[in-house]
Amino acid sequence: MNKLLEIRDLHAVVDGKEILKGINLDVNAGETHAIMGPNGAGKSTLSAVLAGRENFIVTRGEVWFKGKNLLEMPAENRAREGLFLSFQYPVEIPGVSTVNFLKTAINEHRKYSGKPPYPPGEFLKMIREKMEWVGIDSKLLNRSLNEGFSGGEKKKNEIFQMAVLEPVLAILDETDSGLDIDALRVVANGVNRLKGPGNAVIVITHYQRLLDHVVPDVVHVLHDGRVVKTAGKELAIELEKKGYDWIKQQSPGEN
Amino acid sequence: MDKNQDNILDEFTRGEYKHGFVSNVETETIGKGLSEEVVRLISRKKGEPEWLLEFRLSAYRHWLTMKTPTWAKLEIPPIDYQEIIYYAAPKKAENRSWDEVDPELKATFDKLGIPLDEQKMLSGVAVDAVMDSVSVKTTFKETLAERGIIFSSFSEAVKDHPDLIKRYLGTVVPYADNYFAALNSAVFSDGSFVYIPRGVRCPMELSTYFRINAAKTGQFERTLIVADEESYVSYLEGCTAPRRDENQLHAAIVEIIVERDAEVKYSTVQNWYPGDKEGKGGIYNFVTKRGICRGERARLIWTQVETGSAITWKYPGTILKGDHSVSEFYSVAVTNHHQQADTGTKMIHIGNNTRSRIVSKGISAGKSSNTYRGLVKVAKKCRDARNYSQCDSLLLGDRCGAHTFPRVEVANPSARVEHEATTSKIGEDQLFYCNQRGISTEDAVGLIIKGYAGDVISKMPMEFAVEAQKLLQISLEGSVG
Repeated sequence: MNKLLEIRDLHAVVDGKEILKGINLDVNAGETHAIMGPNGAGKSTLSAVLAGRENFIVTRGEVWFKGKNLLEMPAENRAREGLFLSFQYPVEIPGVSTVNFLKTAINEHRKYSGKPPYPPGEFLKMIREKMEWVGIDSKLLNRSLNEGFSGGEKKKNEIFQMAVLEPVLAILDETDSGLDIDALRVVANGVNRLKGPGNAVIVITHYQRLLDHVVPDVVHVLHDGRVVKTAGKELAIELEKKGYDWIKQQSPGEN
Repeated sequence: MDKNQDNILDEFTRGEYKHGFVSNVETETIGKGLSEEVVRLISRKKGEPEWLLEFRLSAYRHWLTMKTPTWAKLEIPPIDYQEIIYYAAPKKAENRSWDEVDPELKATFDKLGIPLDEQKMLSGVAVDAVMDSVSVKTTFKETLAERGIIFSSFSEAVKDHPDLIKRYLGTVVPYADNYFAALNSAVFSDGSFVYIPRGVRCPMELSTYFRINAAKTGQFERTLIVADEESYVSYLEGCTAPRRDENQLHAAIVEIIVERDAEVKYSTVQNWYPGDKEGKGGIYNFVTKRGICRGERARLIWTQVETGSAITWKYPGTILKGDHSVSEFYSVAVTNHHQQADTGTKMIHIGNNTRSRIVSKGISAGKSSNTYRGLVKVAKKCRDARNYSQCDSLLLGDRCGAHTFPRVEVANPSARVEHEATTSKIGEDQLFYCNQRGISTEDAVGLIIKGYAGDVISKMPMEFAVEAQKLLQISLEGSVG
């Protein structure tokens, strides 16, 4: 199998506090993984560490992405290599439209892989196509990035950006939180259309409901900075019913 | 802000000034120091008429009675006016044919991106190039003259159009206006004169490029723009100076007269040497710019992109005298390292139904201080005046300061005055978001600034908008935050 991501004994510290305490995780091309777990388990920290956020300090372990040492790359190169993070709280950039922002981004990706900038006509054609995928309004895309967007619009915009950048590995950090059922379906559609034999998706979520639409191959439960349980999609359903307490009790404790 | 972000900011703001070179031009200077004799000497060197000398002398005598203004939020080290040279002229420049002009001088302007050779001139832009105290060359003069447009150096205009100069000089900024205006009026050297006749639309951008080159000199230029009834002109000034350890003084005056149904667009790209990272050297920029909308429906639009100077003290303003006259002011002022800026605008509403709009964007980085100071004044007899002001500040890093002092004086109850202000910071969140999409930090800052300043940049003449954009980015290079 084609291994996209290998995480080995990953430890990370934020503000002097150890949050990740030895994560091990493998993701193969073509797979969808769900990472679940209670608040404070380290889910968002894991995504931030993978994406290369500066003040998240890795103290031990390694991460290989497409066979390359991910931790040695600056954040922008991780993105250019095909790692995409859908933010839980997308930021606003006044005066910069989503379209312009994406144009800058995609041309950086192309430069990195030795391609010339997107010809403007083709770029717009591709943008229109992806708009349909996600069902996003062109008015939104010409407005300042995320400025004055509703919560749902921001998340849709994340998925739209993902559709445009066509990542090898997409990490969705609680993209489902705060979404109504229609928006949830839109998000799920976008993700499912991205999925293919060459790439993979990691869905970080509290709830089962997104997983009804984006069906995972593997479900991991994160607790206290470790993966405490890994199983098939039925685990998500079980968690929905029983909550996390039984997992906490089962967890191997301090070792 | 956490340490990482500081480092990023630091790197980004460590950009280098690109115009800091010194040209090896043979220069004639007079001795340093200021006295009545020096004022007379400057006037004599310029071959001026008696009335102009009298104007200078009155200004000088008045200046002696004045004190340096201290109300601005600036720390201005004491300036020894006897240590400054008040006249420096590149030899082989004045009153010569273009072929005789010092090649080094031509090369200087080439290097600055202002080619003055006939073959290389920027199309669509007429340029008056001023180095130190004299104008080196004015391009497209003849083409413009065919339409009755006068575009020449100030010195030439005094010789060729003394009546016009006499009629307008000092009418918008009287010599007693303020300390630096008085100083300028006493010792001003060169600058540009523009006259657009009635009903004429100037077919190209007019531009003056000011270059300080000689050491220890001050530059005191004077710009006078007159747009007669129903005329239109777009004018742009640019300025640079060599990198030097000592401070140099620049005290200019700009006067603009806009008659009935005329429109003037006045744009500035100010890039004086700002001093080094430690705050050593740089230009002291104490400038008085003012326009008057004299007739009905006159329009005056100010646009400025300011990245330079160690200290900036400048409040371009408009007197809205004609009924229904309109003035707009769009500004981006960047300060970095140890730069200090106290700048803004004044809108004085006198005519009925006058309108003004102010959009000011400050960007502070490093250890700089950036102050917006504005005045919106509505006279007692002025009915239905309207003003809208928007003052935004963007902070890069946590060692810089942004301050806003908007002053509103309304003496007529029919006026409508609105003011909005915001302060924001380029956050680590924004930078990381951009990084995560594949955009490097430096490009991200550029993008964010571009978005922030977009309202103002889009008002610049197209030929200069790109340039201004680049300049913003360079000024903040190494200063992300």
